[in-house]
Formats: sequence, structure tokens, C-alpha cells
Amino acid sequence: MLLKGRAHKFGDDINTDYIISGKYKFKTLDLKELAKHIMEDICPDFYKNLKPGDFMVAGSNFGCGSSREQAPLAVKHAGVGAVLAKSFARIFFRNAVNIGLPLLECETDKIKQGDALEIDLKKGIIFDKTRNVILRAHPLPEIMLRIFNAGGLANYLRKHGSF
Amino acid sequence: MTAFKMGKTIAEKILGAHSGIDVSAGRIAVCRVDFLMGQDGTSPLAIKAFEEMRGKKVFSPGRIAMVIDHNSPSPSIDVSRLHIMMREFALRHKIKLYDVGCGVCHQVMAEDNVLPGMLVIGADSHTTTYGALNAFSTGVGSTDLAAAMISGRIWLKIPETIKIVMNGRLKKGVFGKDLILYLIGKIGADGANYRAVEFAGSAISSLSVDSRLTVSNMAVEMGAKAGLMEADGKTAAWLNKNRVNVSHPKSVGGQATCQRVNGSRRLQPAQNAGQAFPPRWTSGRDLALPLCRAGRLAGVKADADARYEKILTFDAGKIGPMIAKPHTVDNVVPLGSVEGTKIDQVVIGTCTNGRFEDLKIAAAILRNRKIHPKLKLIIVPASRGIFLRALKEGIIEAFVKSGGAVLNPGCGPCVGTHQGIPADGEVVLSTANRNFKGRMANPRAFIYLSSPATAAASAVTGRITDPRSFL
Repeated sequence: MLLKGRAHKFGDDINTDYIISGKYKFKTLDLKELAKHIMEDICPDFYKNLKPGDFMVAGSNFGCGSSREQAPLAVKHAGVGAVLAKSFARIFFRNAVNIGLPLLECETDKIKQGDALEIDLKKGIIFDKTRNVILRAHPLPEIMLRIFNAGGLANYLRKHGSF
Repeated sequence: MTAFKMGKTIAEKILGAHSGIDVSAGRIAVCRVDFLMGQDGTSPLAIKAFEEMRGKKVFSPGRIAMVIDHNSPSPSIDVSRLHIMMREFALRHKIKLYDVGCGVCHQVMAEDNVLPGMLVIGADSHTTTYGALNAFSTGVGSTDLAAAMISGRIWLKIPETIKIVMNGRLKKGVFGKDLILYLIGKIGADGANYRAVEFAGSAISSLSVDSRLTVSNMAVEMGAKAGLMEADGKTAAWLNKNRVNVSHPKSVGGQATCQRVNGSRRLQPAQNAGQAFPPRWTSGRDLALPLCRAGRLAGVKADADARYEKILTFDAGKIGPMIAKPHTVDNVVPLGSVEGTKIDQVVIGTCTNGRFEDLKIAAAILRNRKIHPKLKLIIVPASRGIFLRALKEGIIEAFVKSGGAVLNPGCGPCVGTHQGIPADGEVVLSTANRNFKGRMANPRAFIYLSSPATAAASAVTGRITDPRSFL
């Protein structure tokens, strides 16, 4: 599967409160509604400027903080195609795989704001068209790959009943 | 016994026992869980995922608890609807439900459900708290919780362990909170990402269990998967004092008691601590309970030749009161460098510092004093048990007379849902564990983190103040 979109750059330690503030996440299970408030506190125009399929590109420790699954869900429902970061916080990493949001752990310094990216998810290859650079992502552990390929943990459990 | 023996960390031992195989760091294992927990920010999504998975029943009702603490009591119609969803699910599946007023999930879990050697999974990042009770406990999201509610299992990567040794005597006015803030400042917000941390050394042993829980609670603020400590006589005494019933966690059909029950079995530290750990790698779901049923608390100790990713040693005697400045938890400085900063609101409570010892220290400072007239003081006991004890000992009275507002047990204003949202530009000094921009629902407010003693002293002066002048 080839994903195409523009890069939206963020720094290190983007926490789950920034991704979706606690004041919204506790209120509702309406993910379309939650998605509108994504990154609101640090980047109020992010949702407005986001085109379906665009990528979030960050530094290290993306998704640190709380265990709220609303964070990767809001990212996914806002239309983000994938998140690229140097590293992810562990709970966010699990949650994203469990809900089927593609994550790529890779070197992100070379990617700049607005770059056009093409991503081959299966091979874990990122092509920065703007800069003509190819980057490689670290592969997922096998169990996570199985869960992701099943379309998330809900599908996986429905199929297998356990681990 | 295995053919060759390799030293194990606490994490490797507990996860090995729960997976039934000999594991070491790096391996992925499917583990049986002893206890599961969700709160009102994560349980509704877990219930939704449970239904998507076509879950019919939970694996073991007595081993699952849901806690209404983050928005408690409900601040809105929408939240009330989600709370009803939790109550109905709890009733249908006969799991424990801790409703409005019982307290913060982590305190309730520590008091009621966690034992040394257990594997506990919670849909809340601060589930690392119970590492202080020698349990491997870690946070997950809602879908993982749902899958574990059905299967009783979770896959985990056996983490590498960083051993943090803190020796030395704590100076006056320095508490567990100051130690963990100092460590987070040194190690950074992702310095222990994916790792377990083992806290050891004479300074950690010297801490009360209340303080140890504070340290393990914030292990996740350096990214850690677990913040483990060994069990000792203090752990046994704490469990005896707080435990509803150590030997038989019971399902009570949707309504947990969250009250003390007398007559539970007493725990004592085992003479041969560490020996009682099963020599064979057993299927370890009930690892902890037999240890406690036997009336002895051995807990799980690391082997002397355990392999650590690194061992960091600190002198706790050199640490003074610490502060985390806005807007990250690892932005830690000695109190002196922000002393005198004007504050508008003080919060004493949360799963980090709403325990009895915390309230007692704060009350010792606030008793017969008035808070600064331009300041709001909010106090939130972490559980009903703590609240009752604080009432009985005149601690709550001291807060009320000082001008503080005492809220019901729960998360209070920590997560920005209600009960004390700051205005634009306002400065909050809180005993909580996070100070991210917008954490308390206003991205234009500033949150500093400190110990309860610092918070109480600062409430009197209206500025960030070294508590040592009040002790």
C-alpha cells in the first residue's frame, strides 16, 4: 500500500494531552468530534490545514503521557495517514497498532514541514519527494505486525479469541 | 530447574512466572494477568472494544475493577452517560466498580487489590504506581484492556531493566516526590522508555510506603514500563493496615465496598525473603496469593547476578526540594532557582501525592495558619479511607480552617476536566505528576510540580517557598 501526503512537523516529546486534551477526551466517544480538537493547544490550525492522508512527522518520544487511546484514535479519525517519529512512547505505540494507525519509527530530521512524502508501509520505506531522500523505518515486532495486519486488536481477538 | 541459571531482574521473574516460560529481556511473552483496572477516561472505550471483539464474558470477574475517578462526580450530562455505561457493564459482568467518592484508581487498587509478585494491567499510564508494592504493573490503552478482560492474557515484551540505586539520608524537608523529580530531571522524559526501572538503595528503603508509591507513580514520566521495588516489612505493614481482604478478592456484583474490613489475614515479612519465590517457572497467575495466604510476605527479589542495562547511583543526601517547571515534567530545577515565583492556586492531592502522609505533612504546615488571601488551595484526598482517617485526626479541619477547599476523593483538577481550571496566565503549584501545557484545561496557564510540603508552605506565602522554614 502506497500512502501519499504532506509532512506536518512537530518536535520531541509530543504528549497525549497535546494530541487530544483531557477536557475533550472524557466527554465523548464521538471520534469525529474529538478529531477536530487534535493538537489544538500547541498548533490551533493543524486540523484546518490537514488534508486527508497527510503525515505527522515528529522527533523522539511521540505520544508520551497518558494511556488515552483517544489520542491515536483522534489522529486516525482526523485523516492522518501515518505518524513518523524517531521514537514513540510505549503505550501510544501499542494503542496505535491496536487501532490500526500506521506508525513509522525512523530518522525524521531530514524531512521538513510541507514535504511531499510517499510511504510503502509494507516495506517500511519513506520517500521524501521534495528532497529526493529515501528513509527506512524499523520493522514492527512480529506480534504487532500480526495485530496490525488483522486490522487491529479488536479484529484479531474476534478471530482468535486470545493470544 | 533449567540447565543453566542466569540471574534475573524482578521484571524477568514476575513476567516469567506469569508466562510459564523462562524469559529474559528482549523476548516477547504472552502473560496471564492477575488484575485489570480501567478508569472513567479509558473504560468506556474498553467496553466499546469489548463489544467489537464480541466478548461474551470476562475471564474472571473478581480480577477486574473499574474506577470512576477522573470526572467524579460527573461535571456534565455526556460524562454521566459514560458513567452509566460503566455501571451497567460492571453489573452485567459482576466486576468490581468503584463509584464516585471511592478515590483515585491507583490508590484504590493499592489499598484493595494489589499484592507483591502480581502482574497488574491498568488502562491508565500511572499504573506503574504498584511497583512500589513489588508488583509488575503497567499502563495500556482501552483495546488492550478489553482484550485482556476477555482472554485474561496480554502480550508483553520483557523489558530491559535500569537499576537506580539511591543511597544516603534524606535531608529535612525532602520527600519521595523530590527524589523522583530529581531523577526525572536527570534521566529525561524518555530516558527509561520501554524499560523497567528497579529502585533500590538505603534512601529508597528509608521511605514510607506512601512515599514509595509516589516514586513508582512517576516512573512513567521517564517513560518507564514499570517502577519496581522490593517488598519488605514496611510493605507488609502497609498492606495489613490498608487491605480490605488480602486472601480473597471478591466480586461484589458491580459495587465494590471500598471500605476496610477487619479480620483479614495479617502479613509479616518472611524470614527468608526471596526464597519463597517458586524455584520452577510455574504458570504464575496465583503467584502472589499463596505467598500471602501462607501469612508471610516474601515478594520477588532480583538475583544478585541479574543483568541490568545500566545501574545508576545517586546520593539522596545531596538532594534538596525540587520543582518541575512548565511545561514538561523533566524540566526540573532545585526549588531555590524559582523561589518567590508568585502563584494563584495550589493543588494537594492526586495519585501522586494525595495519600495520608502527604496530607499530614501539609496539615502540619497549614495548621493555625491562613493561606495567602490571593490564592486558592484545593485539597483532594486520594481515597475514602484516607479521607476518613484525615477527618478523624483533625487534618481536614486544619485545611478547612486555613482557608483551603477540600474536594471529594478522586483525581480532582489534575486532568483538566473540572474542580479548579485555572484562568489565562494563572500559575498553579500542584503535587500532581504532569504539568503539560493545557493539562489542567487551559494552555495559557502555568503548572509547577512539587512535594506536598512545598505546596503547603507556598500556599501560606502565595509564592513558591522552601518548606524547610516551616518544618
